Amino acid sequence: MTEPLLQIEGLTKRFGGVIASDTITLDIPRGEFHAIIGPNGAGKTTLIGLLAGEIAAQNGTIRFDGGDITALSADRRSHLGLARSFQITSLFRDFTALDNVALAVQAHCGHSFRFWNDARRDDSLRAPAQAALERVGLGARAAMRVDRLSHGEQRQLEIAMALATKPRLLLLDEPMAGMGPDESARMVAMLRELKGSVTILLIEHDMETVFALADRITVLVYGRIIASGEPAKIRADAAVREAYLGEQEATHG
Amino acid sequence: MLYFIEQLLNGVQLGMLLFLLAAGLTLIFGIMDLVNLAHGSLYMLGAYFAATFAAFTGSFVLGAVLALAATFVSGVALEVIAIRPLYGRSHLDHVLGTFGLLLFFNELVRLVWGPAGMTLSLPSEMLTAIQIIPGVYYPAYRLVIIAATLAVAALLYILVMRTRLGMLIRAGASNREMVGALGVNIKLLYTLVFGLGAALAGFAGLMQAPILTVQIGMGENILILAFVVIIIGGIGSIRGAFVAAIIVGLIDTVGRAFLPDLLRAVLNTNTALTLAPALSSMSIYMLMAGILVFRPEGLFPAASK
Amino acid sequence: MSVLSKLNPRNAITIGLLVILALIPLYAALTGNTFVMTLFTRVLILAMAAVSLNLIMGYGGMVSFGHAAYLGLGGYAVGILAKEGIGSGFIQWPVTIAVSALFALIVGALSLRTRGVYFIMITLAFAQMVYYVAIGLDRYGGDDGLTIHQRSQFDGLVDLNNKTLFYYLCFALLLASIYLVSRMVNSRFGLAIQGARSNERRMRAIGFPVFRYKLVCFVIAGALCGLAGALLANHTNFISPAMMFWTRSGDLMVMVVLGGLATPFGPLIGTVTYLLLEEALSRVTEYPGLFLGPTLLLVAIFLHGGIAGLFERRAP
Repeated sequence: MTEPLLQIEGLTKRFGGVIASDTITLDIPRGEFHAIIGPNGAGKTTLIGLLAGEIAAQNGTIRFDGGDITALSADRRSHLGLARSFQITSLFRDFTALDNVALAVQAHCGHSFRFWNDARRDDSLRAPAQAALERVGLGARAAMRVDRLSHGEQRQLEIAMALATKPRLLLLDEPMAGMGPDESARMVAMLRELKGSVTILLIEHDMETVFALADRITVLVYGRIIASGEPAKIRADAAVREAYLGEQEATHG
Repeated sequence: MLYFIEQLLNGVQLGMLLFLLAAGLTLIFGIMDLVNLAHGSLYMLGAYFAATFAAFTGSFVLGAVLALAATFVSGVALEVIAIRPLYGRSHLDHVLGTFGLLLFFNELVRLVWGPAGMTLSLPSEMLTAIQIIPGVYYPAYRLVIIAATLAVAALLYILVMRTRLGMLIRAGASNREMVGALGVNIKLLYTLVFGLGAALAGFAGLMQAPILTVQIGMGENILILAFVVIIIGGIGSIRGAFVAAIIVGLIDTVGRAFLPDLLRAVLNTNTALTLAPALSSMSIYMLMAGILVFRPEGLFPAASK
Repeated sequence: MSVLSKLNPRNAITIGLLVILALIPLYAALTGNTFVMTLFTRVLILAMAAVSLNLIMGYGGMVSFGHAAYLGLGGYAVGILAKEGIGSGFIQWPVTIAVSALFALIVGALSLRTRGVYFIMITLAFAQMVYYVAIGLDRYGGDDGLTIHQRSQFDGLVDLNNKTLFYYLCFALLLASIYLVSRMVNSRFGLAIQGARSNERRMRAIGFPVFRYKLVCFVIAGALCGLAGALLANHTNFISPAMMFWTRSGDLMVMVVLGGLATPFGPLIGTVTYLLLEEALSRVTEYPGLFLGPTLLLVAIFLHGGIAGLFERRAP
C-alpha cells in the first residue's frame, strides 16, 4: 500500500491581510492527473508557489514521497523530483531554446563547478535537451533565441524544461495560456501521453481539457478547497456550479 | 564625562545631517527607482552657494535661504535635463550616468569657485557655547543644526503623512505603476521629489558649512555614510532613515572618539596600537554587516512593490 | 566558419589594438618616449581588473561597486610584506591572492543575500570600509601612502625592475586572464552564472543552488583583481588608500560598461578608451571632468551596450 506522492496538510499562506491559501489539505496519489480549477484570484498560482518552494507557508506541511519538504528550498525540491512551469513565462530570454533546456539538464547532472570545458559541446547535456525539445515539438527551433520564439513556442519550452529534469511530479500552471488552437491541441496530446507515467498537478481554465484529462479535480475559491473529487462528481456539485461553472456558463451562454 | 556628552551630541548632530541626505536619497530611490550618485554634488552646491551668498549679502541667514532656493532650482534643472532620460533604466546605467554627473559637478565647482575651497563664517552669537545642563557647554550653532533638522524632519513628516503630495509619494514608493495608472502627472511628481531631495541635500550642505567644510569632493565621503544609513534603515523609508541616521551618527562619532583608547587599554600590544584607529572607523560597517545578516531588507522596509 | 566572416569591425579593432599594445615597448625604445610605456602598463593592469569585474558584472549580473577594494588589498599585501622585510614575489603574490579571495568570500557571503540596489550600495560600503582601515594604518603610511622601494623579487625568474619585461609580464597576465575568463564563462560554471543573471528565479526552479555559484564567481573575480593590485603596486612603487576610494570603483565600472558588458575583450577596449580619453582631455583642457562627465552620461543614456554596442546591432 503505497502512500500518496504528495500530501498537503493544512497549508496556509497570508499576504498581509489577504488569505491566499486557507488550510489546504489534499492528497495526490502516484500517477494521478489532478486538475486545480477556480476563478481568478482563487490562489491557484500561490498554491503552486508553495508546493514548488518559492513561497514559504505560514502553517501546514507538505510531504513528498513520504518526506517532509515544507522547509526545503525550491532547488532542493527540484532535485527530489518536483518540476514546475510558470503561469507567466519565465525563461532565459537571451539564450537559445536548446541552451534553456540544457541548463535544466545540467542542474540535475551533478555539480556545476566545472570551469574549463565548453558546456555547449557537452553531449551529455545537449542530447537530452534536444530530446526534450523534440518531445514537445520544438526540435526544429532549438537554435532560436527565446525572445524570437512565438508565445506558444515559449509555453512549450516551459514544459520541455520541466520534463528535462525527469520529474516525478509536474506542477503545471496554465500551460496553454495564450496558445492558439493547434498548439493547444498538441499540448493536450502531450499531456495525455504523459498521463500515468508522471504525477501531474495542472492548473487550467480550459474546462474541456480539464474534464477530458483529469482523474480528479479540486476546486479552489478564495484560497479554500470547496470541492474535490472525480470529474463527474465535480460537474454535479452545486456549490461548484454556483461559484465557478455557473460563471463560466454565464460568460459563454 | 563632559567629553562623552559632547561626543554624544556631536553624534546626534552628524546623524541629523545624515538624515537630511538619506531622506532625499531614499525618497528618490523609493519613488523613481533611481540610484543617484550626484546627490553628494547637490550637498556640495548647497555649501558653496551658502558661502557665496552669505559673503555677498553679509548675512548668514539670508545666504542660507538663497542657497536653499538655488540648490532646489539646480536640482530641478538637473532632473529635467540629465536625470529624466535615466528613469526606467538598469541600475548600472544610473550608476554610470550619475557618476558622470558627479565628475562634472566637481569640475564645474573647481571652474567657478577655484580649487581652494571656501569658508563660511557665523554671526558671533552662534559661536558662543550654551549651557544645556549644569556644567555642560555645547556650541550654540551645533544645537541650531539639531533643532533645524528636527524641524525639517517634522515638516517632512507632515508633508508625507498629511498632504496630497505626500500621499502620492507614499503610494509611489509602494507601487509605482499604480500611481501612473491613476493619471497623476508623474513627470511633475518626479521633478518635485527630486527637487525636494536636492533641497534637503543642499540644506545639509549649507548647515554644516560653517563648522566642517566647503570644498570640492566633500559630497563623496558623506554620501557613502548616507548609503549605509539607507541600507540599515530600509530603502524607501523616511522613518527608517531617521532612526538609522541617528544610530550611524552616534556609533561613528562615539566609536571614533572612544574605541581607540578602549582598544588600546584592552589589547596592550603594538599591533593594537596600529589597528585601533582603523578598527574604530569600521564600526558602522560592522553594524551594517550585522543588520544584513539578520534583516537584509533593513530595519523599516517600505511596503514592497 | 571562414576567417573572413569573423572580420567584423569589432574584431578588427580588437586585433589592431592587441598589435599596437604588443609594439608599445618597441615604440618607446625607438622614440625614447617612456611615458607611453608607463601609461600603457597602467592600461594593461587596469584592464585586467576590468576583466575580473566584467566576470561578475557583465556575465554574472552582480553590479559590484566595491571592486577597487581588491586593487587596494592586493597592493597593500605587497606593500605591507615588503615593508616588513618579505620581498619575495613567491610569497607576496600568493598572499595577495589569498587575502583578496578571503575578503571577497566574506563580503560576498554577506552581500549576495541582497539584490539590486542593496547589493550595489553594500559592496560600495564594504570597499569604503577597507579604505578607512587603510587610512588608519599609520605604520603603513596612513593617508599619505607608502613607497615600495623594492619591487616583488622573483630571483632567477624575472626582474620586475626592467620596465619592458614588466610590461610584457602584465600583457601576458592580461591575455591569460581574458583567456581563462572566456573559457570559464562557457563552461558549466559559466552557464550557471549567466543563467543566474538572466533569470535567477528560473535557475532555482530547475534546481540550481544559485548562491554558492555566485559566491564562487565573486571570489574568483576578487582574487584576480587582487593580483592586478599587486601589479599596480609594483608599477607605481607606491600604495595608498586612494587606490580604493569608491570613485576608483566607479572608474572600473565605467571601463567595463564602455567596452561592452559580457564580451571577452570589452574590458580591454573600455579601459583603453577611458584612460586615453582621460589623458587626452587633461592635455587639452584644465577641466577634463567637464567633458568626461557628460560623456559618461551620454553613454549611459544612448549606448546600452557600451561602445561595443555601436558595432553589434543585435535584433531586439
